[in-house]
This record gives sequence, structure tokens and C-alpha cells, in this order.
Amino acid sequence: MANSLNDQEQYSKNIKSYQPKPPYVFNAIKAFIVGGFICMFGQSVQNFYINVFDFSKENAGNPTVATLILIAALLTAFGWYDKIGQFSGAGSAVPVTGFANSITSAALEHKSEGIVLGIATNMFKLAGSVIVFGTVAAYIVGMVRMLFKALI
Amino acid sequence: MKTGKQTWEFSSVFLQSVGTAVGPKEAEGPFGDSFDVTYNNLHCDQDNWELAERKLLEDAVTSCLSKKEINQSDIDVFVAGDLLNQIVSATYTARTNHIPFLGVFGACSTSMESLAIASSLVEGGFAKKAIAGVSSHNATAERQFRYPTEYGGQKPGTATSTVTGAGAALISQDRSDIRISAATIGRVVDWGIKDPFDMGSAMAPAAADTLATHFKDLNVEPSEYDLIVTGDLSSVGAPIVRDLLLEKGIDITNNHNDCGLMIYRPDQKEVFAGGSGCACSAVVTYGHLIDLLKKGNYQKILVTATGCLHSPVMIQQKESMPAIAHAVVFERVGGEG
Repeated sequence: MANSLNDQEQYSKNIKSYQPKPPYVFNAIKAFIVGGFICMFGQSVQNFYINVFDFSKENAGNPTVATLILIAALLTAFGWYDKIGQFSGAGSAVPVTGFANSITSAALEHKSEGIVLGIATNMFKLAGSVIVFGTVAAYIVGMVRMLFKALI
Repeated sequence: MKTGKQTWEFSSVFLQSVGTAVGPKEAEGPFGDSFDVTYNNLHCDQDNWELAERKLLEDAVTSCLSKKEINQSDIDVFVAGDLLNQIVSATYTARTNHIPFLGVFGACSTSMESLAIASSLVEGGFAKKAIAGVSSHNATAERQFRYPTEYGGQKPGTATSTVTGAGAALISQDRSDIRISAATIGRVVDWGIKDPFDMGSAMAPAAADTLATHFKDLNVEPSEYDLIVTGDLSSVGAPIVRDLLLEKGIDITNNHNDCGLMIYRPDQKEVFAGGSGCACSAVVTYGHLIDLLKKGNYQKILVTATGCLHSPVMIQQKESMPAIAHAVVFERVGGEG
């Protein structure tokens, strides 16, 4: 009974053939297309702010991100973003729209528990870790940069 | 009466009535017409998901009682559970219906766990009329075990879709055309699966353990059942349980099916590997299989509800997922339809 399915120790290995294999290549292509489209859309929004409202290239980033976040929040509220997410995976999770979705979806989910303890407490349930690591990483990089500046 | 190691045999427990209530996706499924109450919106006309799930359980109990024109006050015990923390859907339903209440939790195996306990109380004479009920809701389960409903994470193909619905069964010693003849209480089995998006793989060994024990305890062949269903093993776990048993020389390949694979049409959206949740086995059994038993399509069926007993905290602490399965035998007796 070398390859027995009833072998408890080897169970998680032996059942691999029963589990559907994630279509890695297909998923990557879908993520590339949707993620690329979101970035392309973001770029056109940025160009719009530069050309129509006379923002400088540096300053146009802020209203662009705000616009993308607003659109992602609305798509989440209408119940579409999770469907896009199931289709494209990282393609819609990695851009800033995914960050907006994680906050909006948590806020929506906990609405029934009240504004303060429900929405405000749980809003960053998923996004909180991104903020923590983002801040910590920025602090470390900033310290290293300052150290180099002082030495050179 | 205890038979063998883990099996209870009942001499006079009869199914009087069943009630089911389901959400929109289940109503669109192949058994949509068999359910008593269906909702075309996931909120079930309520303000939030928890209220929606409670509404489903209340509807299931109400329709179960109304078919027999019995009042809530005539029921001696209400054995119920669900998937939420502190089984709130069951307890808050019991708050409304004032029936003496026993809360049970066995994750998705609660459907048959509650029925087995209720049957033993009726058999032992501790209750004349008992109701067993369970509920689950796709959105409350997402919040309890996974991510917010609208979160755009990608689920793998092994994931299951929690059934939105509730089922209730009324039993007593009064003779009817369906008898509950035995129940096998499962052991907790954990073969080291850690992926909460692959509960079928985790639960298959528990189902195999309970089924093998059941056949041994009662000294029956699987072929004596017209149908053997498992609760929510999905397209991943269902073939695993068949092969696990086949290796032990027990062949259920010809008469086995899985409620998780029956409740939805394969072409329905976001079904993934199949349905899951307490309501999955409950609404398929009470809504569909009991009908077929009454009509005489089946004479004897075995329903094995499977449950995955993990919690999100245990998963984050890198624990593996224990699983359990409870089996109940339904038999058609006397009369023509």
C-alpha cells in the first residue's frame, strides 16, 4: 500500500490529483490585462488633470489617485468589484483600487454594527496591515537615507 | 438503542413534516420549486445579513409547523444550530418561538447532528414532538470565516459557496410514512489540511470514517441504500471519500452523491466546487430527498452531513482543520405514497 489514500501522514500529498490546478498562466494573463487597463485608465485620468485643469505632472498624482479610489469605492458598493476581483486576481488587487476596495468592503460589511464601533473600527481590518508595513518601511528607508546623507 | 460502536438505532421515530427556506441562488438551482419559501434577494427583505439568516430559519420552522397545523406551543424541544458565533441565528429564533431550546454546533454537520439528537430525545420519551433546524447564509458565513462580502479577493477552484437557506424537520413517535431508523455519531478526524478554501479535502476522511463505522455497526452493505449523500464535500471531496472507502473494500461509487453538487446547476455563477454550509445538506434532504422518499423513488437513504470545525483564529495560529460527519438513515415505511 505504497500510495494508499488512507495513509494519514501522506494524505495532503496524495490528494493533489483531486484538487483542480490553479490556471497560473491564464490567471497571470488576466491579471496583466485588467491591471494594465486600470493603470492605463489612471494615466488617462492624470493626463486629463494635466491638460484640462493645468496641474503640474507632480501634483496631478493626488487627484488621480482620489478619482481611482472613488471609482473603486463605487464599484464595490454596487457589488461589481468582487466580481472583477474573482476574474483578475492580483490585477485588481495590487493597484490603489484594490486598497480602496478592501477598505470600502470592510466598511460596508460592518455598517450594521454602527458608525463608530462598526464602520470606523473595522474599516482598516484588511488594509491596516498595508498601512503598518508601508509606514514602517518608509521609516526605515528614511532613516537609512538620512544616515547616508550624514556620512557622505 | 446503541448498536455497534457509534450508532443509535431508533424503533419509533417518524418524520412528520419538513420546512425549507432559501435565498435567490438556491431558488434558481435545480430544486428551486421544491422549497417552501424562496427569496429573490440575498437580504431576504431584511436590514442586514444576520437578520436575513434568522428570517430563513424562522420561515423554515413556521412552514414546517403550518403543514401539520401544529402550534409552536405543542413542541417540546427545538434542537438547532448554525455557523455564526454563539449560534445566534438559532438562539434568536428560539427567543421568538418560545420552544424549549437546545443549541448545537457541528459546523456544517449540524443538520444531521440536530436531527440525531432530536430523534434520540423522541425515542427516549423525553420529547413527544421535537424540531431539528439549521440555517446558514452566504454573506454571514463570508464575514464569519472569510472576507467582507464585497472584497475582491480571488477564490481558488477548491472553494465552496455557502448555501443561503434553512431547513427544519418535525419528528415524533406518531406513525408516518418516513421513519428515522438510525444515526451514526461521528468522531473528530483531522488529517492535517490547513487550507480553509479546501474544506472538501479536510472533511472527506471524516465522512469516510463515519460511513465505514455506520456500515460496520449496523452490519449493512452500502448497496442496501438507494442513495448515500454526503453534506458538502464538493467536487474535490466527493471523489476522495469514494476512493477512501473503496480502498477499505467499501463500494459506494454507484449510489453516492453530494448535496453540495446537487443544490446548484453547474452553470450557475460563483458556485466554485459546490455548495456548503449547514443549510446545504438540510435543504437538499428536507426539500428534495424527503419528497422522493415519499413518492417511493427511494426506500432507504443515508444522509451524512459533514462539518469542518475550524475557526479563523485557529487558521491564523497555523492549526489544521478538524472535521466531523454525522449520518442519519431515513426509511420509507408502509402505505403507497
